[in-house]
Amino acid sequence: MARKRGRGLSAVNYPTGMNLGGDPSQALVHATTTGTFVVTLSSVDLGQGLKTVMTQICAETIGVPPDMVLIDTADTDTGPHCMGTFASRGTHRIGNAIVMAANEARAVLMEVAADELEVNATDLEADGKGAIHVKGAPTKSISVIETALAAHFKHGKTISGRGMFMAERSFPEPETGKMRPATCYAHACTIAEVEVDTETGEVEVLSLKSAYEVGRALNPKMVEQQIIGGAWMGISHALYETTEPYYPDRAHGPVDFNEYLMPGPGDLPEFGGVILERPASDGPYGAKGVGEMTANSPIPAIANAIFDAVGVRVDSLPITPEKVLRGILANEGALEPAE
Amino acid sequence: MARVPVVFTVNGTEAAEFVEPGAMLSDVLRDKLDLTGTRVGCSQGTCGACTVMIDGELILSCLTPAQRVNGKSVVTIEGVATNGELDPIQQAFATGFATQCGFCTSGMIVAAKALLDANPDPSRDEVVDAISGNICRCTGYEPIINAILSAAAERRVAKSA
Repeated sequence: MARKRGRGLSAVNYPTGMNLGGDPSQALVHATTTGTFVVTLSSVDLGQGLKTVMTQICAETIGVPPDMVLIDTADTDTGPHCMGTFASRGTHRIGNAIVMAANEARAVLMEVAADELEVNATDLEADGKGAIHVKGAPTKSISVIETALAAHFKHGKTISGRGMFMAERSFPEPETGKMRPATCYAHACTIAEVEVDTETGEVEVLSLKSAYEVGRALNPKMVEQQIIGGAWMGISHALYETTEPYYPDRAHGPVDFNEYLMPGPGDLPEFGGVILERPASDGPYGAKGVGEMTANSPIPAIANAIFDAVGVRVDSLPITPEKVLRGILANEGALEPAE
Repeated sequence: MARVPVVFTVNGTEAAEFVEPGAMLSDVLRDKLDLTGTRVGCSQGTCGACTVMIDGELILSCLTPAQRVNGKSVVTIEGVATNGELDPIQQAFATGFATQCGFCTSGMIVAAKALLDANPDPSRDEVVDAISGNICRCTGYEPIINAILSAAAERRVAKSA
């Protein structure tokens, strides 16, 4: 009996969003009297950082600092429509809607500033710090706050914009089944190293190293966060988590966190992640979806590494010690393999 | 059933409440004292989200009857910052991106504080051990472990200065 090492590779093309119903999301942007840009959505931030990235996108598009943007979201009774936070679609779909809404709001902001400064709106630019000035003449300037006040109390204008994302519907060709299920794809490659105990069937993940092509990392620290969290989730899916270990039999199904297994802080491998950027032509500032693929690419890499280590091909998740051990014994002619 | 009086100190302030016999500390903290920073994840002591300190010892507030803390001193996540200044542990969690959904964060930070109060220079294994009773679903633990190690270094510098 021994501990055997193996290395496995996976490569993934990951669609951003989906095709169903055009996958629409909408956004509304308006300025308050004092120049705070409120982005109204019904998209939910699950902790992945949607509010932060949406703030960045609106601030960048209008040309104001992020602290002048306020995200008002997650009330589906009152917010504009969003299909939801899933399918790695948030940054791309909702981001696109915000770019469109923010551009419309920006145009009104510039018209009002142009009236106030008695210049042409096309000669103006926002400095990203809260002021608007004439290109090449920064002293000819008005603050965003003054512009918003003027819009409300002098010009009777609303500095606002509407935005939406909707993908062109793609129906399968009847002859071939060919279709376009998504508008852009992110890419992933993971290499896993494992050690398998041939006596117990237990698998230890030693390292997970990945390269992720994400279009553009709008917030690199949060992309890194997704990569590390996703790597852990991938190990968890690959080796631990199940609600029905003997599906469809409910026997031994976990009923609490004592029995529902997940890797703990002592079960971490060495993590490594590289971010590659090839901007998507239809993404907000080039971004694609990064979230889910970070949890998916580790799974086949770990399965392949187990095969490399002990010659056992397990094709159902999670890859439990029982399945690995049955596979080892079957290879030796001692036992029928587990499904 | 008659309610019973409970008097204890929470984050340095005296609290006096009448509670149902058997009411859990987590419920009293959240519902009576409005200290909602303490999270309740499982109500059965397996997730660690409700971790607080009683007289410097880590306990799970979802399994501790409030009557048990009579006369004792409780520190919750709201008591970790001093005078509005974040503790180095909280600062390290923020700058190290060691939070995502935030549900485990309060328990993690309280567990980290108990560790660093007792052991200012822990090894990585000691940090892992200290948070092994706390479940996190988002971060993969790695950023949390790194944040606690960097907070420990920060606290040692602050102490020696």
